[in-house]
Amino acid sequence: MTAVDVSSVPRRTAKTDAPQKLRKQGKRRFGADAAAIVIALIVAFPLFWMVLSALKPKTALDAGDAAPYTLEPSLDSFGRVLGVNNFGQYFLNSVIVALVVVVLSTILAFLAAVALTRYNFKMRTKLLIIILVSQMVPVEALTIPLFFLLRNAGEAIPLVGLNQLGSLVLVHVGFSIPFAIWMLRGFVAAVPLEVEEAARLDGASSFRFVRSILFPLVAPGVVACSVFSFISTWNDFLFAKTFIISAQENQTLPMALLTFFKPDQNDWGAIMAGSVIMTIPVLIFFVSVQRKLVSGLAGAVKG
Amino acid sequence: MTALTPVLPEAPQGGAPGKGPTTAARKSQRFSNGKRGLEPWLYLAPAFIVLIALLGYPIFQLINVSLYDYRQAQVSGKAPLNFVGLENYQKLFADPEFWTVLGNTVVFATACVVFTLLVGSSLAVLATRLRPWVRSMLFVVSLGAWATPAVTGSAVWLFLFEPTLGLVNKTLVAIGLTQFEGYSWTYDKWSAFGLVASEVVWCSFPFVLVTVYAGIQAIPTEVIEAARIDGASMPRIARSIMLPMLRPIVIVVTIQSIIWNFKIFSQIYIMTNGGGIAGQNLVLNVYGYQQAFAASLYGLGSALGVIMTALLMVITLVYLRILKRTGDAL
Repeated sequence: MTAVDVSSVPRRTAKTDAPQKLRKQGKRRFGADAAAIVIALIVAFPLFWMVLSALKPKTALDAGDAAPYTLEPSLDSFGRVLGVNNFGQYFLNSVIVALVVVVLSTILAFLAAVALTRYNFKMRTKLLIIILVSQMVPVEALTIPLFFLLRNAGEAIPLVGLNQLGSLVLVHVGFSIPFAIWMLRGFVAAVPLEVEEAARLDGASSFRFVRSILFPLVAPGVVACSVFSFISTWNDFLFAKTFIISAQENQTLPMALLTFFKPDQNDWGAIMAGSVIMTIPVLIFFVSVQRKLVSGLAGAVKG
Repeated sequence: MTALTPVLPEAPQGGAPGKGPTTAARKSQRFSNGKRGLEPWLYLAPAFIVLIALLGYPIFQLINVSLYDYRQAQVSGKAPLNFVGLENYQKLFADPEFWTVLGNTVVFATACVVFTLLVGSSLAVLATRLRPWVRSMLFVVSLGAWATPAVTGSAVWLFLFEPTLGLVNKTLVAIGLTQFEGYSWTYDKWSAFGLVASEVVWCSFPFVLVTVYAGIQAIPTEVIEAARIDGASMPRIARSIMLPMLRPIVIVVTIQSIIWNFKIFSQIYIMTNGGGIAGQNLVLNVYGYQQAFAASLYGLGSALGVIMTALLMVITLVYLRILKRTGDAL
């Protein structure tokens, strides 16, 4: 396509050139746009279907209503989800765990990122490699030792033992830190040295500089990395399943959702309503920080 | 603070008092400032204590437990621990099921990686030629798929492919393919894997799309313009200019996808109900979990965990090698 443009350039005068090129570009763009719109609709479809099915009345769902709309939207399914299984409590549990993990892991990772980017010391490269490697550890494989570790820890500190929300907080802080350090590194390194010098000349201590100047400056990066900790914690299914064994009141959303799966007759309306409740907070969080997320990722990738 | 005395990076702590602030020393000032020798460790300590307690120690314990015959009786402390050395591994390697599961894992993960990369990077290229509002739309819906929790994503896809009530079968029957009446997508081993893989690709291609798109945007337009003026065709530009410049990003994205897809647990567990009919859809992670927590064979489960970790560590080492060769400084 463009090859034609190029070869015909010498023959054209400036006057005829512009509109012709524009038209051609417009046509090509239209094809790409149309394809992209179709793809976007396909990608969005499962989410659309989830919301739609959650709003359809139970009778329609059980009859296998495949219409892409509903004339009688009802909140029955949401009612069933929130009423029957204490979903509100599970929602709250999920929120608490995710928020605590985000705050703790971000603070710890930020401090470590400061050490690894703004100081040079002998072990620096080795530590960075350790962090990179620990990011690759399949945490799922650690379920067994962590199960025993938390069981023993629970005897000393009940708050972080099995069946407690603290156990989930603890493991997710551990798992979020390596990637968070890796991501924050780029942001912390991007703050010019002159800022640090100025702060020092003005008499700020190192910690004061880190807390009052550096932290606000890298806030966008902090947001981007908090999204990852939030999502991996919010989505966690394996650890919630393994560690919260008998304390129903400390269950989180993913497990609560699974209770609606029944061998013979799944209550799809309730499952979809529960899925909507579980997806919406993440969706809002994700889409609202997408710009920062992209720049954050670029930073993490560039290293 | 007297930390303004600059010191060369290699200089021992305490600084080199005789040295004036030469330009070379000034440049490295950010990295080591005399008495700040201990400071980085203070900042590092909290994170590393957590990492050692929750990653380092468990890895050690994982290896440890894998060398014992560790069952329910040992967990509750009723029976003495029995050190069996590598017996758990021998048992696994002699078990044809282990090799099937390993094969499943490799095939499934590879398929997920290939399709994720294909879909993600083609859409990234497409995204560069779109009107801004179309591009935004594509990105927002992709982020939506990305953000969807594995559990809910699995539930929705399962519902779409439900044998009797699912939209997909209903549509297929409606257009005349009656053999899909009540067809179960999870009954056959490979159609079940295909279904899970579709869900996985759906929620993981956005990462590739976003990253590769950012990479393409970072290529200076002058370079592409120059090639165009020299008469290079679009495919030629993509192959000879964009691809080499995108190489570091493509490598990172590929390795990340490999690591994520080898570790998949939730999707398989939920969509195939814990590993499929007669365990036909087991992958290493789910298999290890079932051995440990369903069959109470903690030793065997740990051995599987060790194998899994070793596998991913090999991939990571290759990754580090490549990073080093492309000259990316840590």
